[in-house]
Amino acid sequence: MIRVVLPAHLRTLAGVDGEVKLDVEGLPTPRAVLDALEAGYPMLRGTIRDQVTHQRRPFVRFFACEQDLSHEPPDTPLPDAVATGAEPFLVVGAMAGG
Amino acid sequence: MSRVRVLVGTRKGAFVLTSDGRRDRWDVSGPHFGGWEIYHLKASPADPDRLYASQSSGWFGQVIQRSGDGGKTWAAVGNKFVYDGVTGTHQWYDGTPHPWEFARVWHLEPSPTDPDTVYAGVEDAALFRSTDGGQTWQELPGLRTHPSGSSWQPGAGGMCLHTILLDPRTPGRIFIAISAAGVFRTDDAGRTWRPANRGLKSDGIPDPTAEVGHCVHRIAMHRSRPDVLFMQKHWDVMRSDDAGESWREVSGNLPSDFGFPIDVHAHEPDTIYVVPIKSDAEHYPPDGRLRVYRSRTGGNEWEALTNGLPQRDCYVNVLRDAMAVDALDPCGVYVGTTGGQVYASADAGERWAPIVQHLPAVVSVEVQTLP
Repeated sequence: MIRVVLPAHLRTLAGVDGEVKLDVEGLPTPRAVLDALEAGYPMLRGTIRDQVTHQRRPFVRFFACEQDLSHEPPDTPLPDAVATGAEPFLVVGAMAGG
Repeated sequence: MSRVRVLVGTRKGAFVLTSDGRRDRWDVSGPHFGGWEIYHLKASPADPDRLYASQSSGWFGQVIQRSGDGGKTWAAVGNKFVYDGVTGTHQWYDGTPHPWEFARVWHLEPSPTDPDTVYAGVEDAALFRSTDGGQTWQELPGLRTHPSGSSWQPGAGGMCLHTILLDPRTPGRIFIAISAAGVFRTDDAGRTWRPANRGLKSDGIPDPTAEVGHCVHRIAMHRSRPDVLFMQKHWDVMRSDDAGESWREVSGNLPSDFGFPIDVHAHEPDTIYVVPIKSDAEHYPPDGRLRVYRSRTGGNEWEALTNGLPQRDCYVNVLRDAMAVDALDPCGVYVGTTGGQVYASADAGERWAPIVQHLPAVVSVEVQTLP
């Protein structure tokens, strides 16, 4: 079970409170987590990554275990602590005014 | 008694304002989608409780929302806007080639007859259509791939397709306007397009009378007379009497002919409204006075409407989609400002009063007249 923390706007859009818990088949990677997230919450498609290229949106970052995973290849295995559910995978909106 | 529902898009959410036909007491619902930019909301004429909303964010991109109960509840529908085929480039602000990139939906125009059919005008400029209630979107690529497309360039707000007028009399005829390319018309439901800018003159482009390249801010028509079009251009208020084949200036005695919105009275096809703004460098009203100007002669002769509008120290703007009229008698006129006020007149502009005064900056205003 993977725990995902979404930014407030995406929690509202998805209609969830707190963390999202996902079952991810196979090796957990950012791509696999986002695939599972979008399958469970289709309204999030296109809000975190492009729907065609699957590139991360420029103002979105991925953090876990105090590491910035934003620029890792999407098939890089996530840390064990994320894979076991001990730590969450964080989807973060870049800190910017507005 | 008839009712009125005003749909307001702001920089930080959507609001739904409702009143009975007297239009003097208003209920305010919202914010819906708080914190998101709501460029536009519009209802289906064929099903007044079917609403569409364009919700966007610099962080999280584009979302399209749909309501089936007049805005009480909403559900996200499809947001996959993919240009059809090779996109190529348009011009950037400095004239260099720039790849076509989808940014957001500026305007939603539901079909007058089918609640599930809706058009979307987007940035970078293109026209999309959904025939399944917004679940899926297909581009009408004949517009973007017009031979002039590579020469289009953005206005200050982006290269947006901001106006969609569906001709109620001629099947397949649609007018659209792009900032800063100009007006285009199709007579075959969007398969082919041609520019409709003859008579426009714009300083700031190499050829002031070029076929394409004009910063058209808004066009409007009266349903009973769709061959007559009115335009608020970057500078100049214009009129066409031949479905966009040619335009002539009707700025007349306006204190400034720069502005953004233009609209037509619901029952008087030659009564039109604009909001003069001092200049393109100073996006606020002349003399700090917010005045809606009305012409009862289809242009050239204009009168200032000031009763109830702020007449000192007012430096708000009224954006291109932020004026609308209702269909009651007398006709109601509605104006939303970047200061967060929505002003309404229940007597065609004679007297005004704010419905709300402290919303986020208003981007768009639409009005529904309900039984």
